[in-house]
Amino acid sequence: MFEYYLNLFITAVFIENIALAYFLGMCTFLAISKSIKAAGGLGMAVIVVLTITVPINNFIYLNFLKPGALSWMGIPNSDLEFVGLITYIGIIAAVVQILEMFLDKYVPILYNALGSFLPLITVNCAILGASLFMVERSYTFTESIVYGFGAGAGWALAILALAGVRERLKYADVPEGLQGLGITFITVGLMCFAFMSFGGIIL
Amino acid sequence: MSKSREILLNPIFNDNPIALQILGICSALAVTTNLYPTLLMCIALTAVICLSNLIVSVIRNQIPTNVRMIVQITIIASLVVLVDELLKAYDYETSKTIGVFVALIVTNCIVMGRAEAFAMQNGPWLSFLDGLGNGLGYSLILIVVATIREFLGSGSLFGYEILVLTQNGGWYLGNNYMVLSSSSFLIIGLFIWLLRSWKTEQIEEPEYKVARNNLETKEAGTRV
Repeated sequence: MFEYYLNLFITAVFIENIALAYFLGMCTFLAISKSIKAAGGLGMAVIVVLTITVPINNFIYLNFLKPGALSWMGIPNSDLEFVGLITYIGIIAAVVQILEMFLDKYVPILYNALGSFLPLITVNCAILGASLFMVERSYTFTESIVYGFGAGAGWALAILALAGVRERLKYADVPEGLQGLGITFITVGLMCFAFMSFGGIIL
Repeated sequence: MSKSREILLNPIFNDNPIALQILGICSALAVTTNLYPTLLMCIALTAVICLSNLIVSVIRNQIPTNVRMIVQITIIASLVVLVDELLKAYDYETSKTIGVFVALIVTNCIVMGRAEAFAMQNGPWLSFLDGLGNGLGYSLILIVVATIREFLGSGSLFGYEILVLTQNGGWYLGNNYMVLSSSSFLIIGLFIWLLRSWKTEQIEEPEYKVARNNLETKEAGTRV
């Protein structure tokens, strides 16, 4: 059993890396990767939010939205899948807001580290994307916890790697028009290529 | 140039959402293997951004500032659900391949970004034009990328074969790299290079300048 979850985790981190294999959360990925410190903070925030929101959305999907899920309320023919999107994004926005207020009040150290990145997370498509993948692959509740954590860890790993490359890139002699954004795009393209070598690995 | 024309045309080359503002990149990468789904995606995004800008702008004075993000995202999400259901009704085959990315328009930062940065301060007509302009700027890049990828990757445009592939008894060996999503990074990178060679004011300053080679400076000195 443990092996199965470990396998799921490794798959989410490396083989199906949410940034470099599915290209989700790219806007923040490219914009906030100038320094390792900022990238680390954002990576942490993504891990925390994904580990919380994916299981919550999974719970709501299984108990309310799935076709026939409302049978415990005596409505066996229900199918609320079409409101899924609004529900997930609503949950994500609410969780981020609550997390921000909670950290501000009770864990100020963590708030100072993550605070400025939290609002960015609501519009990070990696978060919503992970919830949509969770529904598509019909994970159970425990699987969704492991998957949420793994997807977050993979995204954090990818942004840290990119930030590392970009810190070195500062000292390189880049052609004028490619300076900044252009060369970053090409770097990410090559990183995706490298991550494709994990494809097809089954543990 | 009149103001509304400027608002409409500026985002296409001067202030392109993808090439300069770094907004809405995710979907630009994954859907661009073929031209047809790309075009559908562009239409879907442009429709959503125009309407969301219009609606947000109309009710901008009624939205309390501290819940504005949630209001905006609810408006956008409702529009996306509408577009998604329309796509499923009229083109089910394509919706299966780009479905997730249509759903992800909700978190496409172009839509949120324009609602927050433009529609909250401007009137409905100008906001609509701003949405249209940004939608077109986004579409421009997606269509360029998709054209290159489909042409080089499978030798066809809109599914019509132009270069006959070797599998079909022709002469053209499809470039497999162009079929992979990571090639779109390379194409967008090169597109930015091209755009910035033309619009030089968009070039970013390097943090460190590479010092000139000593030998070269000496030689240059003697030559002068």
